[in-house]
Amino acid sequence: MSLWFWLAVSVVLAYATKLLGYLVPAKVLANPRMSRVAGTLTIGLLASLTVVNAAASGTAVVLDARVGALVAAAVALWLKAPFLVVVIVGAAAAAGLRLLGWP
Amino acid sequence: MRLRESPAARIGASIAIATGLYGVSFGALSVASGLSFWQTMALSLLLFSGGSQFAFIGVIAGGGTGVAAMSASALLGIRNGVYGMQLNALMKPTGWRRFVSAQITIDESTATATGQRDPAEQQRGFWVAGIGIYVLWNIFTAAGAFLGDALGDPKQWGLDGAAVAAFLGLLWPRIRAFQPAAIAVVCAVVTLLAVPLVPPGVPILVAALAAGLIGWFRRGHTPDHSPGHDDDGMEPDIEPYGRGDHSHGQPAARPVPGRTGTGGRDGIFGTAGSGGTPGHGPLGFSEGGAA
Repeated sequence: MSLWFWLAVSVVLAYATKLLGYLVPAKVLANPRMSRVAGTLTIGLLASLTVVNAAASGTAVVLDARVGALVAAAVALWLKAPFLVVVIVGAAAAAGLRLLGWP
Repeated sequence: MRLRESPAARIGASIAIATGLYGVSFGALSVASGLSFWQTMALSLLLFSGGSQFAFIGVIAGGGTGVAAMSASALLGIRNGVYGMQLNALMKPTGWRRFVSAQITIDESTATATGQRDPAEQQRGFWVAGIGIYVLWNIFTAAGAFLGDALGDPKQWGLDGAAVAAFLGLLWPRIRAFQPAAIAVVCAVVTLLAVPLVPPGVPILVAALAAGLIGWFRRGHTPDHSPGHDDDGMEPDIEPYGRGDHSHGQPAARPVPGRTGTGGRDGIFGTAGSGGTPGHGPLGFSEGGAA
């Protein structure tokens, strides 16, 4: 139930953020620093989410099959694979490494 | 001009198909991370911003709390507010259109609209991409959620590896220059250092704080950028139009900064494409926060 609550808060905040751009006079928001922070936040959060999903297990840093998925995905992206292919490559790498005995 | 003849509508439609399709990956990963079918659908139907949706389930999958998931999702959604401002300056929607526009303001619809100069084409591109992605993203989210439920043990199928790949895929197209790469590395290191010290989910917020401080204090732009082109990730992560076959008017709206006039800056990984083909390149359709 508590997850539903935070999910609802996320939904409201997401829509409010989008709508704010349309309702607030451009003068208020159109400052370069605002755009810059929004941009660096996006990069920082995605980088952090990548690392957490690749190497965190609770409060421990572990190297398991997910690191293989990270490397495989990076190679796929380097080769300009589309997003869905990258995701499938990541899954295949992790599943394959587990079959080979890596945790 | 009829919709079928509109270049912006055609590009919007092709982006909608490509983006909508990988709603499958969101649906499957969401149920694998422990959300129910309807929680998954609520995120796609109501939150509707791919980056924020993936962030929410990514935190939950790592054992984080609901409040940490909400925070990561909300922070990642801030750029949609900036897109809304740009789109409002371009299209000036009124009445109910403004409220619908807001819901479909995402990376892809913004990129499609701001890549056009003609106001009517901007409108067509925005609405076709936005509504098309909304419909397909939700259909494929549902399909993915069913699939994820049917798969059983997510680890056996490498779904945790798929999540890693998804986040890297969202990040990748934003790393087009040295500065964003440096920010990504700093935040990755901060995250690794924080993981053993704070509860699950919180390292992501620590990294967000670091990223926010970098954005707040660092100098605006490097000399080879035109003013406002920060090349710092504040751009939709797709490139619906090839370089050179259009130009962004209306600098006040800061449309898709960094995509034009930056010389060789984009394409550090060769992602900048060669011609006007929609979806050229790897990430031509990569989401990024979108959907």
